[in-house]
Amino acid sequence: MTAYIIRRIFYAIPILIGVNLITFVLFFVVNTPDDIARSQLGDRRITTEAIENWKHIHGYHKPVVYNGTEKGARKITETIFYEKSLRLFAFDFGRSDSGRDIGHDISQRMWPSLAIAVPTLLVGILINITFALTIAFFRATYIDFWGVVLCVILLSISSLFYIIGGQFLLSKLLHLVPISGYDTGLNAVKFLILPVIIGVIGGIGAGTRWYRTIFLEEIEKDYVRMARAKGLPETQVLFGHVLRNAMIPILTGIVVLLPLLFLGSLITESFFAIPGLGSYTIEGIQRQDFAIVRAMVFLGSVLYIIGLLLTDISYTLADPRVSLK
Amino acid sequence: MNFMSRISHLYNIPKFLSKLTLFSAIYLCSGFDGQAAWNDPYPPDEIGTNILYLSFSERPKHLDPARAYSSDEYSFLGQIYEPPLQYHFLRRPYTLVPLTTNGTPIIRYLDEDERELNSDTSVERIAFTVYEFSIKPGIEFQPHPALAKDDSGAYRYHSLDVDEINNVHSLRDFRYTGTRELTAEDYVYQIKRLADPKRHSPIAGVMAQYIVGFSELIDALERVHTGNTKGSFVDLREYPLKGVETTDRYTYRIKIKNKYPQFLYWQAMLFFAPMPWEAEKFYSQSGLQKRNITLDWYPIGTGPFFLTENNPNLRMVLTRNPNFRGETYPQYGEPEDKQSGLLKDAGKTLPFIDRAVYSLEKESIPRWNKFLQGYYDNSGITSDSFDQAVQFNSQGDARLTEAMQERGIKLSTAIQTSIYYMGFNMLDEVIGGNSEKSRKLRQAISIAMDFEEFISIFTNGRGLPAQGPIPPGIFGAHRDAMGINPYVYDWVDGKARRKPIEVAHQLMRDAGYESGVDKESGEPLSLHFEAVARGPDDKARLNWIRKQFDKLGIQLIVRATDYNRFREKMLKGTGEIFFWGWNADYPDPENFLFLLYGPNSKAIHNGENASNYQSSEFDDLFEQMKNMENTPLRQSLIDRMVEIARRDAPWIWGFHPMSFSLHHSWFHNVKPNLMANNLLKYHRIDPVQRQSLRASWNDPVWWPLALFGGLVGLSILPAIVSFRRRERKAAL
Amino acid sequence: MLVLFWTDILLFSLVVLVVGFAIYASRKEHLRAPWREVSRSGVAMSALVVLSLYLVIGLLDSVHFRPQLADREDADDVRYSTEVLSAFDWLFADLRKRSEKTYSAPFAIHLYNKEVVESELGERRQVYPRLKFGGAHLPNAQKKTIDIALTSVVAGLKALALWALIVLAIARLWAYRESVGTRQGLQKILLGHTVVSWRAILFSLFFVLLITWVAIDLSQKYHVLGTDKVGEDVFYQALKSIRTGLVIGTLTTLVMLPFAILFGIMAGYFGGWVDDFIQYFYTTLNSIPSVLLIAAAILMLQVYLDNHATEFSSVSERADLRLLFLCLILGVTSWTGLCRYLRGESLKLREIDFIQSATALGVGHFSIIVRHILPNVMHIVLITVVLDFSGLVLAEAVLSYVQIGVDPTTNSWGNMINSARLEMARDPIVWWSLAAAFIFMFTLVLAANLFSDAVRDAFDPRLRTRS
Repeated sequence: MTAYIIRRIFYAIPILIGVNLITFVLFFVVNTPDDIARSQLGDRRITTEAIENWKHIHGYHKPVVYNGTEKGARKITETIFYEKSLRLFAFDFGRSDSGRDIGHDISQRMWPSLAIAVPTLLVGILINITFALTIAFFRATYIDFWGVVLCVILLSISSLFYIIGGQFLLSKLLHLVPISGYDTGLNAVKFLILPVIIGVIGGIGAGTRWYRTIFLEEIEKDYVRMARAKGLPETQVLFGHVLRNAMIPILTGIVVLLPLLFLGSLITESFFAIPGLGSYTIEGIQRQDFAIVRAMVFLGSVLYIIGLLLTDISYTLADPRVSLK
Repeated sequence: MNFMSRISHLYNIPKFLSKLTLFSAIYLCSGFDGQAAWNDPYPPDEIGTNILYLSFSERPKHLDPARAYSSDEYSFLGQIYEPPLQYHFLRRPYTLVPLTTNGTPIIRYLDEDERELNSDTSVERIAFTVYEFSIKPGIEFQPHPALAKDDSGAYRYHSLDVDEINNVHSLRDFRYTGTRELTAEDYVYQIKRLADPKRHSPIAGVMAQYIVGFSELIDALERVHTGNTKGSFVDLREYPLKGVETTDRYTYRIKIKNKYPQFLYWQAMLFFAPMPWEAEKFYSQSGLQKRNITLDWYPIGTGPFFLTENNPNLRMVLTRNPNFRGETYPQYGEPEDKQSGLLKDAGKTLPFIDRAVYSLEKESIPRWNKFLQGYYDNSGITSDSFDQAVQFNSQGDARLTEAMQERGIKLSTAIQTSIYYMGFNMLDEVIGGNSEKSRKLRQAISIAMDFEEFISIFTNGRGLPAQGPIPPGIFGAHRDAMGINPYVYDWVDGKARRKPIEVAHQLMRDAGYESGVDKESGEPLSLHFEAVARGPDDKARLNWIRKQFDKLGIQLIVRATDYNRFREKMLKGTGEIFFWGWNADYPDPENFLFLLYGPNSKAIHNGENASNYQSSEFDDLFEQMKNMENTPLRQSLIDRMVEIARRDAPWIWGFHPMSFSLHHSWFHNVKPNLMANNLLKYHRIDPVQRQSLRASWNDPVWWPLALFGGLVGLSILPAIVSFRRRERKAAL
Repeated sequence: MLVLFWTDILLFSLVVLVVGFAIYASRKEHLRAPWREVSRSGVAMSALVVLSLYLVIGLLDSVHFRPQLADREDADDVRYSTEVLSAFDWLFADLRKRSEKTYSAPFAIHLYNKEVVESELGERRQVYPRLKFGGAHLPNAQKKTIDIALTSVVAGLKALALWALIVLAIARLWAYRESVGTRQGLQKILLGHTVVSWRAILFSLFFVLLITWVAIDLSQKYHVLGTDKVGEDVFYQALKSIRTGLVIGTLTTLVMLPFAILFGIMAGYFGGWVDDFIQYFYTTLNSIPSVLLIAAAILMLQVYLDNHATEFSSVSERADLRLLFLCLILGVTSWTGLCRYLRGESLKLREIDFIQSATALGVGHFSIIVRHILPNVMHIVLITVVLDFSGLVLAEAVLSYVQIGVDPTTNSWGNMINSARLEMARDPIVWWSLAAAFIFMFTLVLAANLFSDAVRDAFDPRLRTRS
């Protein structure tokens, strides 16, 4: 087990290098360092010298991944790729192209993201499992049928529609919560209500459906029939056996999400003007701030790898039959 | 490592949770006491205070006055920093008045040998112009830690050690602040900063053409920075700038090459605001940069407000500067200003409000709704909320709808000093060039592109069809029959009317493109439009443009791309037809006509002349015109230039957008001023009226929730019944 | 002149593939059985009818051509417009061309906004102007309701007549095959006493025919779903969007499936370095936020298009390439999820007794995978595909919001919703674009889900043992 974890952590390094390389290539295929300089310096009255000067100061005057003019190892080290990615591994994100310290920005912006994502996830799981269990309990009745239809209806509505509709109804018509915005500390609560509700409702359709299939599969298994044959009440069967055994696929689905909660939701954050990491990433892309994009991609992959590791560990914890070699 | 250590101390989770419970209790109670509305986005203790609430949609990129060059940044910086001059709040046309100086600057002209000339000498003899600014004594900087001194008179925070820096997370963490008097040296220091290559000032290139010794300073500083790999503080006071010097504590001179009357307009821009050297010294301490505490984010100025909360991801808060010198509200304005109550506060000390809270609002829908709920004091109008807010009356004037009038909302409109145009790339083989054939083709397209319809469909009529490059309200523009573009419009019944499409067909025939078919090759004429497509709204616009070309039988191929690609095409000069705009830096015709000046060509000289238009006659006239005062002679030169440009039609002149903005009844002293960016100090609000209106507009509505709850309860009922039944069955 | 777009080619290849598979499956009993199971389900068959309607429209919209330019006297050879139309555009030319000035509500005969109109006397008044096409045949607004009702009834009767003919024809055929009388056949079909759920098919066919016919007839006279900001018919846009939805939903899945299944099972089954390698591969890809990947791919395409501007003469060609690219890149970003599930499931399966014993007996890896693992993970594949189909159609809207979706000139529900979200802020509210996109998208997703639910029930080996 320990050996497995250590091995996985070592595997993370080539993954991160790979991710970094892909990010670099993707970004520089479409954006030349000139583009980056121009979008940072603005459009008006910019001279070529100003652009060269900017690139020099920000280290974008070198070749992207391979420097043919240098000798030996310097062919690799005297490049944008080498210089910019090495420091990432020490979690030193450096400064964004517009001059702000990225590590500091991230440490500030992760809290709003978490403040939305954690309640949404917890409430969502609770509600989804409740619904799914109810539907599974009434399987093959009209409740099952209409429950599934309801799920399908819910999941065929665009998330944009939920947001627009929620803001329209709760904020504009009923004046119950602020339409958008955020505040620090406890004042944030009133801003979180609507995004969390919308997040939960938006997830009910897909979540309930998915859990329902898991439960139904479990219900058909022999040990469940056995339990039922023994005369256990249906509720006990569901909670004691079905729910416990269905935890493996449920955990797989959830655990991998946990670290990514930090990264926030792109759409929700920008609709509700919440200063989280999701909107940070989108801003980075839209403003072509490569330093931010690179840092967020790196952070995202680190968290993702942690998530995968947690999933595998949770397999063994939930089901002793699964062994990790 | 530093990232992880940073986040660990930020929050104490259990404490947070207990606070959370407490807060929810308070929140639930607060809804019933009739004070704060449920949907109030601001903390309860701000109710009824003298705070102005505004929004911003794009976060500022730089708050360093040497770098900032966009309206997103100026809306904050304009309230903080003070250049020597400003635009008069009420007077039209826009007039420069002193801000921190005693009277307008003294201007002297020198010849090659530095001998003084009379002001009426011809432009050719003037080799240098000297501007002398004398600032008012007694102006003080805002309270700032960089200026804090200890008992011995030494700067308290200029050499912080590691421990001290580790305890600092924002500027507020410094206990002591200080101030000092503004001197002429601070202005000189800032001008030197413009030359510093490290500051990336966007106007360094322009200033190098004018200010004497500017380029030399750039080179000198470049050398200094290459030697200074550690990035330690470079004291610009040690590096001379030949053309800029102080004569005494309150007076400084700027010497520029030749004559350049527009230079005064630059003196009303924030690039020329004062900067104390202490600030640069303070911010250059490397530990502070890691915490985003830099001059680029924490300004230090002499203006009526200073930045107290700096969170560009959420909100920016400007607070009244306690050291502000007591500038007063203008005594005089235009005749109609008295009627509209704009002179009620004449002579009173500025500013009127205590704080201004700017919230980040990226989406137009929430912004609009919050405005309607009274949580923003003013708002622009998006195309989609337009019909709700504004109607045109029988005279075609814009008026607020009844719903808006009931709420006491007011409308203010102004024609912007900008132009949106459709440019032809004059380097292109088909559409460009100076031949009669291509000129006729361009003229025909100019007639076919019905910008009146464009304005009515895509901007709700908020625009004025352009007759030439110069927007109305700027010297050189005419508003009568003289002002129309005779190649596109006829003057009928005192109004400009677009020529009928038959005229365009005739021009096409003359050009050899009858019904869109090239007479020589027999091929149908197809042109390319370089579009920057962002969203679905663009689709409608592109379709519309295609339809306009279709009227002449020209097939328009739209090449949609992103902004970077578009810019690249423009730089290379490979585009054919494009849509672009220009927003004036200063209210002078030179700032528009230079967009057509040959040596400014974008593809050839990397300038701002995106259509790469070149006409030697135009260029000669431009050189004569640009350094002149606003005289009848200048007017006649401009008229000739505009006529040449209209005939050659390198642009379809497009339109001048009109800005419509709304404000609530409690918001006073609002007059659109498109050149000034320091308007905040004039605004006044009535917080009591605001509070009562907000409360009446935002009554929470409960019954639908109760109804919903009831329905859910009812639908669960049969489930419970059948659950019981099943349970019993299973037990059997 | 016929024009072949890349997505057309792929879409038609997919159809050929499906038809080919159907012929193959009909010859193998073990594949035919579950499909027969599906055909018994009334819900599935109704859903299939609805899906077919979508498919027909989508395929009609995938036959592209460039119309001939109007004849000119001096032209000795035929010239073609640069504008590319589809067979659908040609059939519904009226709908395409009849655009108003700006917004008008469904069935409206006036514009939605007041406009200043100058009368002949030079007096300017604010009125709601009449539409150019919507209800233009009516003398006044009072006749509207009657006209709509009359048109609908006539159309409904036509639909009924056609339906009756179809019912008779099917009954006759069925009766012929079962060697019974036509009348008896009719009776059996209508009572639902047939193996294939003909009753459900025919009844849903009736509703489909009715709605289609009424909608088409009404759309000749009115804008049944209103018009948008520039006066384009929303009904037409919603119909045009069907193709985009189908392309994104099917081609993306088509692209990703082989990789996901192959890699997922291999990783879980073999473990060791295969697992490590595949995990490395998909972890690396998956770690990159998909928005960034899609944005970069779309931008890359833009650069390519701009560098090869001459090769893409028409807007639709560029838009099509962007659509294809979007499918590819969505495939790249979405296969990893399924792959991970399959890996997890195979990891579990390989520990199960019957596979362990098969391994002990020396059965080859390949046949274990194909015979034992693949069938046991097929339900996961199916569920994922179903969820993905709707998810992809919906993702398109979100991508449009971040401005990296389909080309802004392409008709798509995402683009419709995206522009409609601003219309929601209008007062009076403009709801029909959003409603149209919602209804069309919802119907498609619902039908697809119901159908594939039935497929899942029929194919899942564990569920099958139950019945």
